[in-house]
Amino acid sequence: MVQYDTHEHDVLVIGAGGAGLRAAIEASAHGAKVGLVCKSLLGKAHTVMAEGGVAAALANVDDRDNWKVHFADTMRGGQYVNNWRMAELHAKEAPDRVRELEAWGAVFDRTADGRILQRNFGGHRYPRLAHVGDRTGLEMIRTLQDHGIHQGIDVFMEFTIVGLIKDGARVSGAFAYDRERGLFHLFHAKAVVIATGGIGRAYKITSNSWEYTGDGDAMAYDIGAELMDMEFVQFHPTGMVWPLSVAGILVTEGVRGEGGILVNKEGRRFMFDDIPENYRPQTADNEEEGWRYTQGDKNARRPPELLTRDHVARCIVREIREGRGSPHGGVFLDIAWIKKRLPNAEEHIKRKLPSMYHQFMKLADIDITKVPMEVGPTTHYMMGGVRVDGDTQMSTVPGLFAAGEAAAGLHGANRLGGNSLSDLLVFGKRAGEYAARFAKENGPVAIDRDQIEALGRRALAPFENNSGQAESPYQIQKELQTQMQDLVGIVRREEEMNRALEVIAALKQRAGHVRVEGNRMYNAGWHTSIDLHNLLTVAEAITRAALVRKESRGAHFRDDFPNKDPALGGFNVIVRKSPEGMRISMEPLREMPAELKQIIEEQK
Amino acid sequence: MSSTATFKIWRGNSDGGEFRDYQARVDEGMVVLDAVHQIQAEQAPDMAVRWNCKAGKCGSCSSEINGMPRLMCMTRISDLPADQPITVEPMHTFPLIKDLVTDVSWNFRAKKTLKPFSPRPPDAPDGTWRMAQEDIERIQEFRKCIECFLCQDVCHVLREHHLEEQFIGPRLFTFSAALEMHPLDTENRLGDLRKLNGIGYCNITKCCTKVCPEEIHITDNAIIPLKERVVDQFFDPLTRIFRAITGNGKR
Repeated sequence: MVQYDTHEHDVLVIGAGGAGLRAAIEASAHGAKVGLVCKSLLGKAHTVMAEGGVAAALANVDDRDNWKVHFADTMRGGQYVNNWRMAELHAKEAPDRVRELEAWGAVFDRTADGRILQRNFGGHRYPRLAHVGDRTGLEMIRTLQDHGIHQGIDVFMEFTIVGLIKDGARVSGAFAYDRERGLFHLFHAKAVVIATGGIGRAYKITSNSWEYTGDGDAMAYDIGAELMDMEFVQFHPTGMVWPLSVAGILVTEGVRGEGGILVNKEGRRFMFDDIPENYRPQTADNEEEGWRYTQGDKNARRPPELLTRDHVARCIVREIREGRGSPHGGVFLDIAWIKKRLPNAEEHIKRKLPSMYHQFMKLADIDITKVPMEVGPTTHYMMGGVRVDGDTQMSTVPGLFAAGEAAAGLHGANRLGGNSLSDLLVFGKRAGEYAARFAKENGPVAIDRDQIEALGRRALAPFENNSGQAESPYQIQKELQTQMQDLVGIVRREEEMNRALEVIAALKQRAGHVRVEGNRMYNAGWHTSIDLHNLLTVAEAITRAALVRKESRGAHFRDDFPNKDPALGGFNVIVRKSPEGMRISMEPLREMPAELKQIIEEQK
Repeated sequence: MSSTATFKIWRGNSDGGEFRDYQARVDEGMVVLDAVHQIQAEQAPDMAVRWNCKAGKCGSCSSEINGMPRLMCMTRISDLPADQPITVEPMHTFPLIKDLVTDVSWNFRAKKTLKPFSPRPPDAPDGTWRMAQEDIERIQEFRKCIECFLCQDVCHVLREHHLEEQFIGPRLFTFSAALEMHPLDTENRLGDLRKLNGIGYCNITKCCTKVCPEEIHITDNAIIPLKERVVDQFFDPLTRIFRAITGNGKR
């Protein structure tokens, strides 16, 4: 018999990044008794790493901006496979969510007349990102944390969920262990919100921390929830490439927003060489115009460095593959050049991009105010995840909600920079509100001991493995990361992805023979072995979804199908569990209302 | 250009422990956290270490390296003396959980006791405020804090005297300063700072400032101005008379 403590809540929120904190605050405001579980300490979740800003059509800097433009930008960036209802709600509600943060103590950079300042970013027509230098995520998570701790939420730091449990069709709670002592806990709850973030740790080169192992996607899938858009993994165009030990660490798009340019080893500004047709009308056709845009000239169009992330990443890969890359296998990102244009460029760069300056100085001995950086693509963000209802954020399992990166829909095939911070505010709030309502409107749920026993046994298996084999969880994780990077990365081919499926199947076998040393107290090897289940689940989902999308769209690029297929543009790929294993289906998009179609036409 | 370095890493829990020697391969650009991860993956799979972003932004991997409180992810191995072993040990001020992980929960509990942000009514009919950039720059410095708690670790009031019940430490003074100097905030925390939070215990040795990975001028810009405000409010005779007449206003 598995031993555990029980905690009772109306709403359990899993994950304490921006989405989880915002959901917990909202659920609490609606009168629910809320538990908040997070793998790390409070305030350390991945939101803290977000740099550039939060997208909201406040129209503080350019009064031509409004929700309709933001909506159309988001849909265009997502190549129109987005959940249009989420894109609509997001564009409409983001300004209120940002202003609310100010009421809770956030201190955004200001315009000359004292309002919230906004900056340019890739794919956004007007300056739209409210920001604090290049540490916007820290400002947001700290604001939510410092507000949240006074809202009567029970916080469980350094707890990890092993799996969800159900009562009939409905979710009834989650089974967890605390990392410190390794003891088990049952969270009995009427509604559960998944806010666990992304999957970046399935890849070798990533901007994501150890936490990003796809836990929420996998635990939702395991109890029958549908996943969607898993083929759409965003590779951010600019990660550090050197030194190797820091490869993958993010270099904010804000560098390009402030005038940074991409050049190859021949000194050519290659982004001008390939501008997609649907962005041509809003892209500068010469360097002068591009510079004026970054300096706030409303009549100028954006430089091609600020095209969407999927496109910029592919252009960088092309330069590297064709032998025009930088010495360490990237390309050059140059912000120092603006000294030719600005008298006090050095101070300006340090003020606008303080943490980038600090990061390169400390980790690479590079002074970005003097010399160019070397950058290359890094696994950054999961557009796919738990399939949810646009209004309520409820998954296909009653009582189970998802928000932020763990949920699918808002971003379609490619996310615009800045839209994740607004996503987690808008849909964190909605998930919290509707989860609290669900808990109020639906009766108690029962606990099924058998499910708990099964989860407990799975968690303890690495200690009790007597198979004679002793696989290292670290080794399996490393092999998965290397293979996913090589076989299901930025450029994909059918035969490579079929190979990836064989690799994943073999690694699953080996994961069953993991053995860990030591006891249950803060045992990193044990924690890693439990995460493997989630990583392998999402890796398989990504690969299977990528195989059936036989076209190139947004972040998903198929070498064997390099063009968009208009027919496939009408479908989402859905992943669900079946007795025979992972089942993949194509489901048509819901018909968009005429008024939204018209907005897209008007904004073309 | 790989070489080898010896790491002496603290292994143990609240019952006791010892330094153990590990050899790690060292490549160009590696930081201490890379070596700790390598050792964990290849030699000590159950070793406990806290980390997240590996980019100096989250403040999780605080430790003491060669005796100095530092972030493991921002300490380049090439910046440490090559002719001696590198020691890595947990922060001393906080109770040990295991290996390099300490129980820092006191910081979170203490923060919860401080008066939260309380803004004045909005300036504009649409519910928004106006603030000038130059008026927020000083608190933006404080808000850079990543809560690594290295300043708490090094502060002798906590490290040697363990006055956790009477003293909130440099991190939370910086937090209080960010609230007190917030242009929109209407709360007055000076009485609490003096009586409950022990700001008088700080004798401005600036150890906290020295170890801050965000290079926040904790002592000069946060603690000293707060001390001055406390003195102004409670010990300046003119202010006391003025307050007696006008009531206890926030300056």
